[in-house]
Amino acid sequence: MMLGYIGRRTYHSAISVIGLLTLVFFLTRLTGDPSALYLPLDSSLEAREAFARLNGLDQPIHVQFLDYLQNLLSLDFGQSLRQNRSAIEVALEAFPATLKLAFVAITLSTTLAVIFGALAAARPGSLFDRAVSLISLAGASTPDFWIAIVGILVFAVGFGMLPTSGTGTALHWIMPIVVLMLRPFGLLVQVVRGTMISVLASPYIKTARAKGMKRRRIIFGHALRNSLLPVITVAGDLTTGLINGAVVVETIFGWPGIGKLMIDSIIQRDFAVVQSTILVTAIAIFIVNIAIDLLYVALDPRIRY
Amino acid sequence: MTGANTPILQIDDLTVDFLSEGDPVRAVDGVSFHVCPGETLVILGESGSGKSVSTGTVMGLIDCPPGDIVSGSLIFDGTDLSNLDEEGRRGLNGRRIAMIFQDPLAYLNPVYTVGRQIAEVFESHDAGAEGPVRDKVIQLMQRVGIPEPETRIDYYPHQFSGGQRQRVMIAMAIALKPDILIADEPTTALDVSVQAQILELLGDLQRETGMALIMITHDLEVAAVMADRIIVMNGGKVVESGKAEEVFTNPDHAYTRRLMAAVPHGSSGRRHPRPAVEGETLLQVENLSKHYMLNAGLFSPKIEFKAVDDVSFVLRRGETLGIVGESGSGKSSIARMLLRLNDPTSGRALFAGDNIFQLEGKALNGFRRRVQMVFQDPFGSMNPRMNVRAIISEPLVIHRDILPRARWNDRVVELLELVGLKAEHADRHPHQFSGGQRQRIAIARALASDPELIVCDEAVSALDVSIQMQVIELLSELRQRLGLSYLFITHDLPIVRAFADRVLVMQNGRVVEENETEALFASPRHPYTQALLSAVPKPKWTVVEPADSVI
Repeated sequence: MMLGYIGRRTYHSAISVIGLLTLVFFLTRLTGDPSALYLPLDSSLEAREAFARLNGLDQPIHVQFLDYLQNLLSLDFGQSLRQNRSAIEVALEAFPATLKLAFVAITLSTTLAVIFGALAAARPGSLFDRAVSLISLAGASTPDFWIAIVGILVFAVGFGMLPTSGTGTALHWIMPIVVLMLRPFGLLVQVVRGTMISVLASPYIKTARAKGMKRRRIIFGHALRNSLLPVITVAGDLTTGLINGAVVVETIFGWPGIGKLMIDSIIQRDFAVVQSTILVTAIAIFIVNIAIDLLYVALDPRIRY
Repeated sequence: MTGANTPILQIDDLTVDFLSEGDPVRAVDGVSFHVCPGETLVILGESGSGKSVSTGTVMGLIDCPPGDIVSGSLIFDGTDLSNLDEEGRRGLNGRRIAMIFQDPLAYLNPVYTVGRQIAEVFESHDAGAEGPVRDKVIQLMQRVGIPEPETRIDYYPHQFSGGQRQRVMIAMAIALKPDILIADEPTTALDVSVQAQILELLGDLQRETGMALIMITHDLEVAAVMADRIIVMNGGKVVESGKAEEVFTNPDHAYTRRLMAAVPHGSSGRRHPRPAVEGETLLQVENLSKHYMLNAGLFSPKIEFKAVDDVSFVLRRGETLGIVGESGSGKSSIARMLLRLNDPTSGRALFAGDNIFQLEGKALNGFRRRVQMVFQDPFGSMNPRMNVRAIISEPLVIHRDILPRARWNDRVVELLELVGLKAEHADRHPHQFSGGQRQRIAIARALASDPELIVCDEAVSALDVSIQMQVIELLSELRQRLGLSYLFITHDLPIVRAFADRVLVMQNGRVVEENETEALFASPRHPYTQALLSAVPKPKWTVVEPADSVI
């Protein structure tokens, strides 16, 4: 049953990935002619034609597209114009940096959100609850690029405590992760708090109280498990957002991830690399979604596919 | 039987308010009662009478705020419950005072196995030390009558039937042999035969352990079976209390008398004998079936489930046909097919000569106008944002040929008066009415299109007893005045006896017996009908107590 389900999901996702790649293929080609960027301004017409021929850009667009599809079948994703090597290699090389960032940010923000949200829901209206609500609302609604730039100004330029950009030491991780965490943390706290409050009012919590269970076990044992489903839905959604490349944050902090690579490749009309980054992230998002579905099953015995 | 005992729980002058935006609402008003070990106290009252709030305070389950215990003392075995801290409360709850609730599915955590949830009682009170908890849980499940407890212990609540879920709740409650078990409408959500089993189980457990039982119910039959003493609550006050037999045979307070009078006379025959209806055939159902395919498991083939299996019957004009059966017997599936809400697997149904299942377009619309439905939950079947005028005139909006628009308002008023409401009610919204009034509105809406047949699916089951009878009287009055026919679906035998001309008994999708109402009740032929009728409980004081039951 479960394998059949994953099979069906894979099949449906494959269709949407092909649709997506088609769209990307044509859209990238609307950005302009790469030879205008890659050859010197005064290069001759012959040189331009030679460049086009070399990279298959002289063919009509539908022929280019069919070639692309054909190559896809043999797992040939094209060559990067800029780096002159396999485009998929370039994409896969940049991906781990993004994944690490996304994984750490989402894990930390979910964990913190569950703890803070659950504690706030346990005493709704208390000072702690109001403080948490205020912080989460601020986190969810402040633009990340603004926080990032102010962060650089204060902690890197002002106090000189943290590096402005790049990778290398542990210190390089701090600002990108904190900036990436803000929005997920803010949203998730609201979700955890809201579902916890309604779950805490549900009849089986009354049963647990009538059994004489400890308050902490009621909150973290009975209520939390039931509140997790909507939390996972939102967290999964946010994860796909981060995997997609935290474009703004990666660009600001010069983080060599897939988001930065995507932006660079679009600017440089490196079509094959743009297509490859999209393919890689699409597959990653598909895997995240399957993982979420499986988590549902693990958390709620009533859900079966 | 327990007169010499001292009370284990004594409640004096309890008053509880609920704080709302306006003035606080007084839910419980100066209530006093006590219960002794081994005794069963039944708190009888309709919804909103404050019965659950008063027992909820005993276990500290009322959240304050919005709840506010204004005054009163609650003494349990020498301890004052009203100034207990959280830890002290925890020591009593589940160990010395336990509780079971109305809807066991909602009161069990859906994501944990029942075994784990029962085991939590032992763990919460550090009672797991004297042996493996799992064995004790299996023993408990066995005691409350759950078959194959060794495997069922690892099942989740949704994999049990309603009756079994209530048994799980009971297992949880009696795990540590409490002094008091509070049962809050424990059988209201259950079928009548299951209800009898659960009540019997509670009685047996009480005899075994000598615990006091406080039973909250609105059901007079349940009260009669279980009670040693009864207190009757109305509007947050205790209006009558005394020995069960005295309260039943000689009700003192006007409210109690009204409540008793509302019960359809279970044993003494119907109240409105009607001559047999001999009109023309209005509805003829032939070999109606509805099958569903169920997914059985990972590798097993699909199983065919026969919700309705080869059902045939005839309904004459002006007649009321009762369809009775327990949940899952296929009663509602029949109603849904006859209203063209679901399609049948096979069979025909002729309404005034036309096959319902072949109607299309205009003809179907015309049919819908002539057949209306009244549902179980009037609140759920009304758009909360529409006022009563809009709700009742909606059939007129759909069927434009009934009345010119200018006359709709008059018609709404006329219909409201017909069902015993007032013209000024037309501008209010559903939430401003009581349950009984809402069902009247639902009936007015059903009448708006001048139907010939009204299908009532458990139309009074959600209502309080005294309101049930009022609605039944309204329906039977309308039957006379408007010449209506009813298909009356219910699990409630006394109600069907009071209202139906003929009765169809269903079990597992099949009709097992069909007869004139009185003949069916007087001499049920099919074993299932006999079982169903004998499951209607008998008062405790008429049952001869075995000598060894005295504690």
